[in-house]
Amino acid sequence: MDGSIALLGFGEGGWGWSIASGILVTVTLALATLPLGLAIGFFVALGKQSEEPSVRLASNMYTTIFRGLPELLTLFLVYYGGQIGIQQLGKLLGYTGAIEINSFIAGMFALGTVFSSYASEVFLSAFRVIPKGQYEGGYAIGLSYGQTMRKIILPQLVRIALPGLGNLWLILLKDTALVSAIGLADILRQTAVAARVTKHAFMFYGTACLIFLVLGILSSFAINGIDRWAAKSGAKR
Amino acid sequence: MTDNVISPSVAAVRRPPSPPKPWTKTRITGHVLVGLWTALIIGLLYFLYSAWDRELVDKYAPTYLSGLWTTISLVFASIIIGAVLSIPIALGRMTKNRIISSIAYFYVYFFRGTPLIAQVFLIYYGLGSFSKELQAIGLWGFFREAWYCALLAFALNTAAYQAEILRGAIRSVSPGQWEGAASLGISKFVTFRKIILPQALIVALRPYGNEVILMIKGSAIVALISVYDLMGYTKLAYSRTFDFQTYLWTAIIYLLLVEVLRHLWDWMERRITRHLIR
Repeated sequence: MDGSIALLGFGEGGWGWSIASGILVTVTLALATLPLGLAIGFFVALGKQSEEPSVRLASNMYTTIFRGLPELLTLFLVYYGGQIGIQQLGKLLGYTGAIEINSFIAGMFALGTVFSSYASEVFLSAFRVIPKGQYEGGYAIGLSYGQTMRKIILPQLVRIALPGLGNLWLILLKDTALVSAIGLADILRQTAVAARVTKHAFMFYGTACLIFLVLGILSSFAINGIDRWAAKSGAKR
Repeated sequence: MTDNVISPSVAAVRRPPSPPKPWTKTRITGHVLVGLWTALIIGLLYFLYSAWDRELVDKYAPTYLSGLWTTISLVFASIIIGAVLSIPIALGRMTKNRIISSIAYFYVYFFRGTPLIAQVFLIYYGLGSFSKELQAIGLWGFFREAWYCALLAFALNTAAYQAEILRGAIRSVSPGQWEGAASLGISKFVTFRKIILPQALIVALRPYGNEVILMIKGSAIVALISVYDLMGYTKLAYSRTFDFQTYLWTAIIYLLLVEVLRHLWDWMERRITRHLIR
């Protein structure tokens, strides 16, 4: 067992660096997906509470579809479908060479759509908590819709939605493990390679689980910190 | 005085015509978005129609059906096993014994804090590497089969989630219910079964439904450890034909499955909360 611990080290024959690069990929992917998912989720939530039925219909279809598909299937659909789509587009423009799409970008878009469909529900329930008087107050002092949204609604919305979004972040972090299936060298893929080479599968997959746990714990600290910071700027109740 | 009162039917006749709906920016955007969705769906249907290949369907439709059956049976079995396991875990989380409650807490934290796919790999490949030890105690036949490993991983995973659902639901029932039953001399076990559980299940129904849907979606990852569920057969069909419609059919099947479950759950919820509607 002594020799197997050295396999996790950073020295000669150790897999430390390779796993560390996997952590970097996982964290980068999750961080890159977050703003994309939040932005789409916010606009879908806006659409869902619109007074116009057609906007509501379009937004609800988005959530129904992307919450109903398995994450892994969404990933494959984006990865292979995107590849075919781009190739067709290339053919249309007269380019016949093979086009590969980056698995990082595919992962980002797939996880972003899944994240946004859940985030839109979180934003929607946060929107419902904010009383109508907040909008009316904004209009009464002559602010436009955009200004009311930005200066009055959004700061309150963020505070209310934060716990739900924190949960979604933890789910996103776990979902990034799926991108190993399309060949991105994340934590799980790097540990899988190490497991196959060294035959210490239990130790390496256990390490992968522990790394995800640690990332989750660190995220919880960060989320709590943001929560406290947001609560400080809110009104005293 | 009574002459001034307009009867409802007269009011309906005299109502002025509703003002014309102006084509605001939002309305145009909405119609464009719905149009895009419609175009996308019609495009996909047209693609599926034009790519319809009798030979392909004859060859792979039966495998999809058997894959669907694998998915459903795997999820059903793991949900049931998980439900049984979740009871002691939930009780462990609620007990005052520090040691038991911290063990239960770490169990739940581990299984909720790590990706399901990593847990499946840990059990299938990780425990699989101890084949000699497992052979010695006669469990190798179990851990050799990917299907059983997936079942074990899913059951352990969903047990952690279900334990939290159960705990939250039991705690949502007010302590007065326990006290009221105790004052009537009803034993704790009967109180739990006849008074607390029926009320807790109403609260738990929706999270349970979400858990079933999450498991169905999560079960797609068993395709990565060579279990031929719906996703597994899809991957197989795609790797042989490179025909994208294989994935589209699977997407349609999963969507239908999840939507049917969602509506079933809505119906159940309406039904068991009938007495609460006033």
